[in-house]
Amino acid sequence: MTNHGAVLTALADPTRRAIFERVARSPSAVGELARELPVSRPAVSQHLKILKAAGLVTDHSAGARRVYSADPAGIAVIRDYFEQVWQQSLARFSAAAEAAAEAAASQPIQEEP
Amino acid sequence: MTTQTQATSVTTQTDVHAPIEHAFRVFTEGIGSWWNPDHHILQADLAEMVFEPRVGGHIIDRGTDGSECRWSRVLAYDPPNRVCFSWDISLSWQLETDPAKTSEVEVTFISIGPDRTHVTLTHRHLDRHGDGWQNMREAVGSGWNLVHYAEIAAQP
Repeated sequence: MTNHGAVLTALADPTRRAIFERVARSPSAVGELARELPVSRPAVSQHLKILKAAGLVTDHSAGARRVYSADPAGIAVIRDYFEQVWQQSLARFSAAAEAAAEAAASQPIQEEP
Repeated sequence: MTTQTQATSVTTQTDVHAPIEHAFRVFTEGIGSWWNPDHHILQADLAEMVFEPRVGGHIIDRGTDGSECRWSRVLAYDPPNRVCFSWDISLSWQLETDPAKTSEVEVTFISIGPDRTHVTLTHRHLDRHGDGWQNMREAVGSGWNLVHYAEIAAQP
């Protein structure tokens, strides 16, 4: 399970983003990722750990390998997205409601038909 | 303003310095006064938004080219306490016509003073959007105006 903002924080790092996008395209083991990307194996492991904690990737064993793939649920991504959208929207709503309430208090406005 | 998250829903709350009836009206019929004009799925720019104030009504976006998008169905309309509407937009930014694949937004208004209203918004059943979340991931990076959001968030 994710904590607040973990997804966006995890994706804010360009290397992690590249790793995430790579495993989203095709599930891969740490070694493959380290070969393809300009990142050391321990660094790839560390990034995967953070992506996994954020709920963005999941892993399973395939023989001797541990294969990482994008979390098919991905609900954390959707949630973080809407969380930001609604925070922004409610802030805009508050400002609009308060501005209009002030205007109404100082000068009665005509109701729309 | 606080936000809580559960597995498949998001809740955001805020206190508004306005009477409850007013807050409710601005949220619903006045939606065009606060909705981010970049948040729409029309081809053209957004010209206006219409909130039909009744159960069975729609939230309608109208484009500058005269096009129309009914992206939400009003599921509950109980002024000035509660409104509930569907989110009929798929994660690939298309109108979703299968109600089983749509999520739901509920907004409640509680009067906490003559000029103060507590507003709670819950967007639930996000899991109904199912797969296609890769598109949402891309949207997080580059879609609906999160850059704008970041600018606002960065202001003191």
